[in-house]
Amino acid sequence: MGAVTYAVWLALIALSLAAAALALDPHLGGPHRRRWWQGLALASAAVLALSPHVVTFSQQELLVFLTINTLVVVSYRLLALTGEFSLGHVVMMGFGAYASALLSKQFAIPVPLSIILAAGLTGLVAFILAFPLFRMKGFYFLIGSFAAGETIRLLWKAFIGPKGISRIPGVPDIEIGAYEINFWEPVASYYLVLVIAAVSIWILWRIEHSHIGLTFHAVHWRDQLAGAVGVNTWRTRTQALVLASFFAGLAGALLAHYLTTVNPNRFAVHEMVFVLIWVIVGGTATIWGPIIGLVTLTAINEVLLRDIGYDELRPLFYGVLLVLAMLFLPNGLETLPARVVRRFRRARPLTSQG
Amino acid sequence: MDFGVFLQTCLNATYASSYLALVAVGLVLIFGVMRVVNFAHGELYMAGAYCLFWVFYQNELPFFAGVAVAVLAVAVVGLLLERTMFRPMKDNPLGGLICSIGALLVLQAGAVALFGVRKKSFAGPYNEAVTLFGIDALTISGQRLVVIAFAVILLGALWIFLRRSRFGWALRAVAQDSEAAALQGISISRISMLAMILGAALAGVAGALTATIVPTGPYMGHPVIIGAFIVIIVGGLGSLEGAVLASVLYAFTHTFVTTLFDGTIADITGLVLMLIVLVVRPHGLLGKPERA
Repeated sequence: MGAVTYAVWLALIALSLAAAALALDPHLGGPHRRRWWQGLALASAAVLALSPHVVTFSQQELLVFLTINTLVVVSYRLLALTGEFSLGHVVMMGFGAYASALLSKQFAIPVPLSIILAAGLTGLVAFILAFPLFRMKGFYFLIGSFAAGETIRLLWKAFIGPKGISRIPGVPDIEIGAYEINFWEPVASYYLVLVIAAVSIWILWRIEHSHIGLTFHAVHWRDQLAGAVGVNTWRTRTQALVLASFFAGLAGALLAHYLTTVNPNRFAVHEMVFVLIWVIVGGTATIWGPIIGLVTLTAINEVLLRDIGYDELRPLFYGVLLVLAMLFLPNGLETLPARVVRRFRRARPLTSQG
Repeated sequence: MDFGVFLQTCLNATYASSYLALVAVGLVLIFGVMRVVNFAHGELYMAGAYCLFWVFYQNELPFFAGVAVAVLAVAVVGLLLERTMFRPMKDNPLGGLICSIGALLVLQAGAVALFGVRKKSFAGPYNEAVTLFGIDALTISGQRLVVIAFAVILLGALWIFLRRSRFGWALRAVAQDSEAAALQGISISRISMLAMILGAALAGVAGALTATIVPTGPYMGHPVIIGAFIVIIVGGLGSLEGAVLASVLYAFTHTFVTTLFDGTIADITGLVLMLIVLVVRPHGLLGKPERA
């Protein structure tokens, strides 16, 4: 892999770490905080816009998957905010993929519409699943969500076929004057997915900082107290699950039309384990945590280790990193820059502000 | 289904319930004492199978030497998991579970590194078919009979150990109420180590005994751990008797549905069974409801 590829990935990691540092430390940057955010946003936009043009074809494809996965991990975090860890999120993603594939292929619904419908249907399924699943908490919810998800996945395998669906229509070409955008190209797909992911993440961010988002935190940390002051904890958890599943379904539908095939094994529990690892290694305190986890681990896994060439041992690295993160960095990689900053600050003499 | 097939399926289900019970009882033992659900338990089973492959097939030593090595080696692996992950994660309810997912990936990659991705099929020493009670339909390979016999003996011995020995009493006391047990002078960390050794060793035995029956591969633990989870939920988390009862129930259901329909439908049936128990009776058939 060329030096440019490494530079792109390092830039992505550095930008997400910087964003987490700013988000976690309200004093960082002092009076110039707003400038820092603006600079960061501009730099991110530049890196994200330019990166597909400087890397190889396979890296362009990787960027598409990375962007789709960003939506998966950020939506997963929304459910994690209520304190519940699900093992069914990737199946929800798969549900969106299957739904959009069937809607566009069997019922000839135009692709952009089928993607939105599929995301909505995924939310609906999550709503139905909430009735049995939110009678459980903690470990029971974890295992219950696994059972529900695996049942759905095996139903696809049994009734749609073990090979899944192929020849799914792609996103149709767009003609703007003389320009023609063809979504067979990874670069065009990358921009499409990037815009959708960015808008979705912005919506998720707004949800978290709204009244609903505050009740998510309340249900996580003090669910009996929240119930006592009039928060319907069941409804709050259901809202989180439905919203998270909606965006997971959206990500799945985008994946299906990009790959033009869906396969039940793509949504098996070992894929779920990767999502869990990205989120836990990155951290869940801010929206940037899961993104840091995803970008860092994908970079090490798909660029560094692929270069070194230990293909079969890559799960070893994921496993070791998960355990190390749990033991030594339980709040995730996102807290790393804040720790470094604090250490530097302590080394300097204290100012009047402390 | 004619009567001969019915008897044959019963026999297969008995075999399936025996190794499943060995794995599930270990899982329950670890959960009871440490409140950790060990996701890597299927990989301990896999490690046991590879121990037998290494000792019995590659080094051509006696079969039971392989079983003994499997017990010791897997118990050591279990002990390592306890010391490096479960003990430091004691205060984090889902921490141990998440660490065990990491351990699962490490053990799988370790098996791939040592033995390769390809599954190994090799014959055991007791492969000739045995006909029980002179009934032709009741024919089973000797190897499977060994598994059934071991499961009955080991689970019986464990039951007596837990009820008759001081260690067993201490272990049950910790499982019931670890704080009260600690106040009585029982060392929680020693009992945790004991539970981990016992639980891991049972998984290792199950793996070693079935290594010549199912193909030994790095991902062979996956269906076993899913079955074991269904069993411990249906039987009731923390209930050893429940785990044995649920192993029998699940193995019979799964084997019969596989024979009548196919494997995928059987998997779905098992998962739906678990979901129903989780919704209707979350403490399982024989478990006690958890105190708030």
